[in-house]
Amino acid sequence: MTSVPSAPGPAQVVLTRVVLNQADIDRALTRIAHEILEANKGSQDLVLLGIPRRGYPLAVRLAAKIAAADPTVDAAAIVGQLDVTMFRDDLSHQPTRPPYPTQLPRTGIDNKVVVLIDDVLYSGRTIRAALDAIIDLGRPRIVRLAVLIDRGHRELPIRADHVGKNLPTSSSEKVRVRLEETDSAGGGATDGAPVNEVVIEATA
Amino acid sequence: MRHLLSTEDLSLHNAIRILDTAEEMAAVGEREVKKLPALRGRTVVNLFFEDSTRTRISFEAAAKRLSADVINFAAKGSSVSKGESLKDTAQTLAAMGADAVVIRHWASGAPHRLAATDWIDAAVINAGDGTHEHPTQALLDAFTMRRHWSKLAGTPSAGADLKGMRVAIAGDVLHSRVARSNVWLLRTLGAEVTLVAPPTLLPIGVEKWPCAVSFDLDETLAQGVDAMMMLRVQGERMNASFFPTTREYSRRWGFDDNRLRALDSLGLKDTIIMHPGPMNRGLEISAAAADSPRSTVLAQVRNGVSVRMAALYLLLSGENREPAAAAVSASAAASAAASSDAPAAHAANPNLTYSHQESH
Repeated sequence: MTSVPSAPGPAQVVLTRVVLNQADIDRALTRIAHEILEANKGSQDLVLLGIPRRGYPLAVRLAAKIAAADPTVDAAAIVGQLDVTMFRDDLSHQPTRPPYPTQLPRTGIDNKVVVLIDDVLYSGRTIRAALDAIIDLGRPRIVRLAVLIDRGHRELPIRADHVGKNLPTSSSEKVRVRLEETDSAGGGATDGAPVNEVVIEATA
Repeated sequence: MRHLLSTEDLSLHNAIRILDTAEEMAAVGEREVKKLPALRGRTVVNLFFEDSTRTRISFEAAAKRLSADVINFAAKGSSVSKGESLKDTAQTLAAMGADAVVIRHWASGAPHRLAATDWIDAAVINAGDGTHEHPTQALLDAFTMRRHWSKLAGTPSAGADLKGMRVAIAGDVLHSRVARSNVWLLRTLGAEVTLVAPPTLLPIGVEKWPCAVSFDLDETLAQGVDAMMMLRVQGERMNASFFPTTREYSRRWGFDDNRLRALDSLGLKDTIIMHPGPMNRGLEISAAAADSPRSTVLAQVRNGVSVRMAALYLLLSGENREPAAAAVSASAAASAAASSDAPAAHAANPNLTYSHQESH
């Protein structure tokens, strides 16, 4: 109990530790973008689908990096958003979740190489729901998975193809990804903390 | 939200939440696989004591698109015609494990009664009760108006309300549950509502409603209207001389070809014409008006499925459903309001007694 911040508020004391800062996130995304291009042997048929909320801004950033590496790519034309709310297996055990929009790129996803993008890979259940959601929308040639953080504790046989950072965690900890697109002023809880970072929160 | 019984006590937050969810549900209707697994394994019972085509089909389509199992129950051809009471019917459905009951009843307050008692532990959705309310119709009307209103403003419709929209509702307000539900909901969403009807077809106490009342359709149109909603003349409820002849009604209160032309000459190029259906063509709405590009009749039907999907999803998913006891007292209070709204309809119904013993 040395560096406990004596913040008033909730009864629990929260220890936070920054694991990735803005530059780290940017480097990880740059590497993932190149890995995606390498695994696909170019930008042919590539579609990036972000899972709301924080997967979508990550998908937009990745598309921009892919477009920077390959000038033939139009970043806006390969990005989409895939809502998986209706396909979750915990709908009746959780508070009601409002659905987010699903927007596919104009080209659709039939016979494409779809890369699912999410912020944190944990139990794998979100990705299972995403796979079901994709099947209802079309038939991609290949589905791959890219995540910013893989924190382990999988409950399903699911593995990410591209990982920003492997983060061994205890399941009592929380991994928070803050992005300026979703968590800046007006978007989410700010309290002056810097955006674009990944934090581990543990209750002491 | 545990039940959807009326729009009068629907908060702005919940109304917007239903409309926003419906916006996402509408996208499902445009996909190749028009089905979501959200309510798999849930049972929805359509309990219809009164005839209906579009509401029942719409609820059935909505429940099926969410993968729920649907049981259709029509009073005709069932044990109700042998004299079974609402309580026994409800308990039968409870024993079969219904998760939601969509009820249409000729008695005002029947859905409240179902929700306020412990006859059945299911979400109750009012699909029209007597001359009281029809909340999902009002929600789909509001959804249609909101899409139109946001398109005009060039803003996304998600999260928006109807502030500043001028809505006129014309016709048989006395018997119309659609008009009542719309007045409450549109007030909540910030629209300005004007009721237009002959004095004989306005209910007692209408001056206390949160809307303006006019007796002259042409005058109301001249003042500017963004959405013109025509109500059906309910032939089956016309048991007194409410107006001299149908021709006179059509000329003074119907939306005929002259009034359709008047919209253009008044410069109201963006006014939409709405009708909850079924239409009496030539009586309250002319064929030209019903088939004009301004008409949203078919869009309303389409949006009805989305709105009902949203209502079913929000009521049936999630574990944070309020405990039954809290819902009982709230709903009993609501049914008290209902009973003062349309007393005539209750007297005829021996199965429904409005005691408030449950609501301590």
